[in-house]
Amino acid sequence: MSVTDSAGTIVDAGRGRVLRVSLRRAERAQQVRALLLVLPAIVFLLVTFIVPILSMLVVAVENPELREVMPRTAAAMMGWDGTGVPSPATVATFVRELRQATADGSIGKVARRLNYSIPGFRSVLLRTGRSLPPAETSDADLLALLAGIDSHWAEPPYWLALKGAAPAVTDFYLLAAADLRRDARGTIVTAPPDQAVFVTVFARTFWVSLVVTASCLLLGYPIAHLLASLPPRRGNVLMILVLLPFWTSVLVRTTAWLVLLQREGVVNDLAVRLGITTARIELVHNRFGVYVAMVHILLPFMVLPIYSVMRRISPQHMRAAATLGARPFLAFRKVYFPQSVPGVTSGCLLVFVLALGFYVTPALVGGGSDQLISYFIALFANEIVNWGMAAALSAILLGIVLVLLATYRWLVRGELLRLG
Amino acid sequence: MTAGEDPLVRFVGVDKTFDGQTLVIEDLSLDIRSGEFLTLLGPSGSGKTTTLMMLAGFEVPTRGDIRLAGRSIRDLPPHKRNIGVVFQNYALFPHMTVGENVAFPLLARRVAKGERTRRVSQALDMVRLRGFEARRPGQLSGGQQQRVALARALIFDPKLVLMDEPLGALDKQLREHMQIEVKHIHERIGVTVVYVTHDQSEALTMSDRIAVFRQGRIEQLATPAELYEAPGNSFVARFIGESNRLVGKIVKLARDECLVEVGSETVRALPVKVEGPGGSTQLSIRPESVKLAPDPDRCPNVFEARVRELIYLGHHTRVRVSVCGHDDFVIKVGRGSEGPSLRVGQTLRIGWTVEDCRALDAP
Repeated sequence: MSVTDSAGTIVDAGRGRVLRVSLRRAERAQQVRALLLVLPAIVFLLVTFIVPILSMLVVAVENPELREVMPRTAAAMMGWDGTGVPSPATVATFVRELRQATADGSIGKVARRLNYSIPGFRSVLLRTGRSLPPAETSDADLLALLAGIDSHWAEPPYWLALKGAAPAVTDFYLLAAADLRRDARGTIVTAPPDQAVFVTVFARTFWVSLVVTASCLLLGYPIAHLLASLPPRRGNVLMILVLLPFWTSVLVRTTAWLVLLQREGVVNDLAVRLGITTARIELVHNRFGVYVAMVHILLPFMVLPIYSVMRRISPQHMRAAATLGARPFLAFRKVYFPQSVPGVTSGCLLVFVLALGFYVTPALVGGGSDQLISYFIALFANEIVNWGMAAALSAILLGIVLVLLATYRWLVRGELLRLG
Repeated sequence: MTAGEDPLVRFVGVDKTFDGQTLVIEDLSLDIRSGEFLTLLGPSGSGKTTTLMMLAGFEVPTRGDIRLAGRSIRDLPPHKRNIGVVFQNYALFPHMTVGENVAFPLLARRVAKGERTRRVSQALDMVRLRGFEARRPGQLSGGQQQRVALARALIFDPKLVLMDEPLGALDKQLREHMQIEVKHIHERIGVTVVYVTHDQSEALTMSDRIAVFRQGRIEQLATPAELYEAPGNSFVARFIGESNRLVGKIVKLARDECLVEVGSETVRALPVKVEGPGGSTQLSIRPESVKLAPDPDRCPNVFEARVRELIYLGHHTRVRVSVCGHDDFVIKVGRGSEGPSLRVGQTLRIGWTVEDCRALDAP
């Protein structure tokens, strides 16, 4: 076959350099224009997205309370080696600043921070502050004085907690979010079983997300296939049905599931009336309800990416496969499915990541003892007002998502996702 | 068809409708001989692709039957028909290499791996693409993709290969080259080919026989020479090649000659598809059959014509003249004859024989 190559003239090295320079100059103007066009969006994202996330990450390791309210105590604690009890001078500094903080009311902030480290520290600190005699006593007596108010001051743990609150940056929250803590010697150990909840919650969140993703894939793949293979007009009508849920808020849809699935709800009424069951079944406020509601809400996020990939697969491929002798299943497995894999992976990734951080639905529909990580983040942020913990849990969740994304990109780039 | 030899494919009274109102294919009966290159030619929407798709198994006849080697394939799914199909846009699988594409029919037939590799390189050899096994379809030119599709449709030795405008996406030069190449492959391996195209020159180049389709019916089924030289009706005359059309009224009709009144002139023509005297007819005269300054003894039709336009085309000159009241009568004048001496506005005498002037149905 005679196919003529239409490549242009090849210039020599010297002229080539000149050409490249002028090419770069010509392109620079275009680049600047493109940058200016996206600048508003970049600024918007920076202010509303990047900055809040970065500040959240900072909050997860920040430790400001003691340094603000009792700066000298914090400094003194930094110098203490953590064995036994602190020196009389350090104790004196602490007592002096405690007296002052109690007087001006700023003690509450420190008390709350220390209570995170040892539950009960708050009341000990507040009582001690109130019970301090107004006048100065000699340094040697101070420790005995404190121990007199509360016996815990005679032992190391409370002092160690105070030392733990002293540095500007702490891994306390991040460790706690992973069910870890530092012992008296500063080595990382697992938290006692009655306090270790978060690893279980993360695992549960992972599992629920996995089940929801798999269910969405099983339900969504055939839907996407139907949409992609219908003639455009009918496909568009069905597409509106897929998108319809987006027209109402997640809250409304979740509440609708509550109404449908509750003990006196529509589904139970129907089941009892049809004689399928005599006793009313617990369909909601348990894992089942979470699966149903989450799959319903996340399904479009699975259907859309798969659909957009499937629409680009030529229908002639399946026909060609058939004429070449492939049974429908073989044609699907070898010809259609491999081409739809990019849509499947991005749909799964999207649904999985959304499910990991899903809050409203599992919080409302889920059982009290079966909550997901987002519930605990909200709990720490809104109810307990322990922002450090909320930020640490979020940071770990963010880390997991980033690892997932990186893995996905690595898989895509390595073409390992080509299953054909 | 030689007596005693059964056709490979037989359409028996096939109707096809998609909407239950209009027939896309109407009472189609067609025999396809074993080993022939048959082209279904027609304008778009004439039903030729539908016919092909019914043969491939993607459409079911609404009425009638299709037989392959004597067996009805009406209800046989496509993957059991063992018919190779080359699609318009090749339909190569983009996620597979060329080798995997060509090996696919063997994979579907559970051919062992060693045998598969051997036959793939054989098939690629046939289309002159040896060594392209590891490439992806996206890395090939249009012509190369076409040849991969051809190899893939032939590798499982089907008795019948269907091609649906396979060269439509190629540029002119490459298309003409591929026409010859496909024709040679057909001659070499002796497979029966049913080929769909709307390009009449492609049909003339490649086919043993051509079926001209129009609105779901076959207008004429004949060899290329027959179609060109003896079109059976005005549609075929118009569709195949170029022809001058003079519309007139039949004055007198005999078995091998008729007199037709065209404007103020009377033309002697060969009656092919005409009603009785008084009926209207369309005369079809090929531009190259028109003679300049003819000998009146041998040429019963001689008329005065005025030259309106001259278009020089190298190997011939197109001369547009006014004759018998028609302004766009075209004559092809070969190089070396008196063509170059013609001038616009000049009057000359032109003529044609009775055999070259076919009286056909009025459209």
